[in-house]
Amino acid sequence: MDDALKTKLGILADAAKYDASCASSGAGGRAAKKDGIGSTTGMGICHSYTPDGRCVSLLKILLTNYCLFDCAYCINRRSSNVQRARFSVDEVVAITLGFYKRNYIEGLFLSSGIIRSPDYTMEQMMLVARALRQDHGFAGYIHLKAIPEASPWLVEQAGLWADRLSVNVELASDISLKELAPEKHAPGIKATMGQLKERIVEAREEKRRFAPAGQSTQMIVGADATTDAAVLETSATLYGGYGLKRVYYSAFSPIPEASRVLPVKPAPLRRENRLYQADWLLRFYGFSVEEIAAGGEGGMLDLDIDPKLAWALKHRERFPVDVNSADRELLLRVPGLGARAVDKLLRARRQTRLTLDDIARLSTGVKRARPFLITADHHPLKLTDRSDLRERLAPPARQLELFA
Amino acid sequence: MSAPAPRDAGTPRLVELDYGADRAGFRRAVRDAVASRLPPERMIWRMRAPGPASTLREGKTDLFDTPPLDEPPAQEAGEPPPLSLPRAVAGLVDPVLCHADPERFARLYALIWRVLHGERQLADNPADPLVHRLGLMAKAVRRDIHKMHAFVRFKALGTENGRERFVAWFEPDHFIVEAVAPFFRKRFPAMDWAILTPVGTVGWNGEHLAFGPPAGRPHLPEGDGFEEGWLAYYASAFNPARINPVMMRAEMPKKYWPNLPEARLIPALLEGAPARVADMLAREASAPRKRDPVRAVAAMAHQAPASLTELNALILATPAFVSGGTRAVLGEGPLGARLALVGEQPGDQEDVEGRPFVGPAGQLLMKAMAEAGLAREAVYLTNAVKHFKFVPRGKRRLHQKPTGGEVKHYRWWLQAELDFVQPRLVVALGGTAALALSGETLAVTHARGPRRLGTHDGLITFHPSYLLRLPDETARREAYATLVADLAAAKALAQAA
Repeated sequence: MDDALKTKLGILADAAKYDASCASSGAGGRAAKKDGIGSTTGMGICHSYTPDGRCVSLLKILLTNYCLFDCAYCINRRSSNVQRARFSVDEVVAITLGFYKRNYIEGLFLSSGIIRSPDYTMEQMMLVARALRQDHGFAGYIHLKAIPEASPWLVEQAGLWADRLSVNVELASDISLKELAPEKHAPGIKATMGQLKERIVEAREEKRRFAPAGQSTQMIVGADATTDAAVLETSATLYGGYGLKRVYYSAFSPIPEASRVLPVKPAPLRRENRLYQADWLLRFYGFSVEEIAAGGEGGMLDLDIDPKLAWALKHRERFPVDVNSADRELLLRVPGLGARAVDKLLRARRQTRLTLDDIARLSTGVKRARPFLITADHHPLKLTDRSDLRERLAPPARQLELFA
Repeated sequence: MSAPAPRDAGTPRLVELDYGADRAGFRRAVRDAVASRLPPERMIWRMRAPGPASTLREGKTDLFDTPPLDEPPAQEAGEPPPLSLPRAVAGLVDPVLCHADPERFARLYALIWRVLHGERQLADNPADPLVHRLGLMAKAVRRDIHKMHAFVRFKALGTENGRERFVAWFEPDHFIVEAVAPFFRKRFPAMDWAILTPVGTVGWNGEHLAFGPPAGRPHLPEGDGFEEGWLAYYASAFNPARINPVMMRAEMPKKYWPNLPEARLIPALLEGAPARVADMLAREASAPRKRDPVRAVAAMAHQAPASLTELNALILATPAFVSGGTRAVLGEGPLGARLALVGEQPGDQEDVEGRPFVGPAGQLLMKAMAEAGLAREAVYLTNAVKHFKFVPRGKRRLHQKPTGGEVKHYRWWLQAELDFVQPRLVVALGGTAALALSGETLAVTHARGPRRLGTHDGLITFHPSYLLRLPDETARREAYATLVADLAAAKALAQAA
């Protein structure tokens, strides 16, 4: 790899890093033919971690950061002074294979600024994926960004070669999107997601390959005044109505060359973290958006404690719960007990009456769970009697944010 | 009930197992001990020392030239029979045997003994202290395997016999070299690779895996250009506004750093982060320095093909959405034709000639059209699916019906095509065409006749190939008459519209 290409790689990786998605999961198990390269394991692999704590699983780059769109929150908007570069299709293919052979990555996550036209850009991205699959027998993971402004057949061509497609919602509020991203069109984004959902479902039923790892999306949080409840409402719609695999939340963070229409103060990273926790409660713990929102104030989540604990503290009458008799749904609502711990607990209690020591072996969150549980040897004080419970369970205030 | 006394009551039994995760040896020893009724407290387990160390000299290792291992011998005569153990026990034995803890054999044997002596379900109770302990060991091994999959870094050794060659040095916590080998074999079948570790080595030469004894840290070749590129990528992927080294170390503990080329960048990245962020915040929101590309922005909206010719060029350039199809067969006929006929997909002959409705079904359709007073030249003829979907059977290419999802992949083209032609009426020949036009699944027998199809006035009738498949001569004649009548009706409707 020569210096010019290395410089381009630096620019186009820098330009891509604000997309939070990096997952390499969901493609099922697959292996290359004898003369090919690559495999997928189903659960995905993180090959490295940067000092921001985020994983490096895929080679996440833009094909180009030249862009005709002018989205205020994006570092690559046409009115930004950022340094520009462009890869050729062959260059992306060569870097992907070179990195893959050295076991640096699980595959490629390719996105792009819009150049010439959405169709032209989508086609270039699709050609990268096609070359990897057809010319090099590449069986590793490919995630392509679908451009909702591109023609439907091009987006669907991309689905033939990619494991995952994603269309970014960008902002939970359509009004904000109109203000901050004038070239984007909320109904068009939803229509593309709907189109992809149909094709993915059909292909799965017909046992054909079309984006087998499904679709995901990203929402930027903190660039407008949208509440957490509204963000989660959008997520619930996306999971329910569009069959999304994942919704990623990206706390708006300072970027070099920021636009003037954006808030000066970045959103706390803690907010992003709480939204992810709430997202899990939506998907795996049987919570509704209203229930989660009720744990906080004014549609915003409590930043100091996790949303499950916040909900429990406002519903003390539902606790304590007896681990030896409560059903799964109720156990999932106990702060400190994760879904995996609950399933182990259900298996264990078929053979024995569980004590607090047993729970300690099954869950690492026993300290938090304790006030909410009854075990064979433990019955907590009435929760309503403890006015200091929140203080006892909330983590001590720490300077976690750089800009709090 | 009196069980016969153990053969050697009281004396301990010493078992020596091979270095590493000696699955076969452990299994044999357990069968033997159980058959001899030896309780756990009478067993002493030991692991033998490894063989002489493997080496890597001048970029060469004999791992690529080692012949394949012999198959492990089948069960020998006189050996105790295999034990029947619950699945949950087997699920613990395999990973725990890889663990570095010398106590692993004794712990596993204690579990097996209890399972065979009245506690059959024991391994299904994750709260039991022994099961919990073994569960933690298994988890540690699985994590070690996962991290080895993730953190092995290959260095290029050049090309040998036309195959690229790579080598890596890795330091796992447990005896997992055999356990990770299949992952790398599946992932990198077309390159030669060797992984050297302090607990064993493994190599692949395209034919077979070879395992060797522990290796010392080799002198690895310098990283090539890709390694520098990787470092540049790693540094760029880091967002200085979100530092979280605790999270990084939880997932990528420091013990792995010496063998990860990118890890040497971490201290400088962390140190420089606050200044970079302060700089970003201090800098005023900047005004664009470049002129707004007004014309390019306006032009990007006009990307849709402006004519049928442009659309057709695009269809020709796009690979098939179905398996088979060697080339796209385009629609043909005049723009502004009053009537458009849509079939299912080109057949064998259409694919050869590159024109729609020239095969047997097409000829039948032409005959019916002629009887209905329709000239081929006056009508727009096309197919719902633009490629011939088939499977090869010997020298023949067998037609395959396109699936609903495949038909929908082609819908956008059909819509755009008809938007250019602007027919007064569209005839759907068969169910596939009806699906493509309307988006709904419609059975021809029920839905035959005029109806709205998507954005067009339409009429549904049989596909001519349906007639060819009818075995009964009378039925075929009737269906043909219906087809002719439907085409005549379509002609009348299109004229009246």
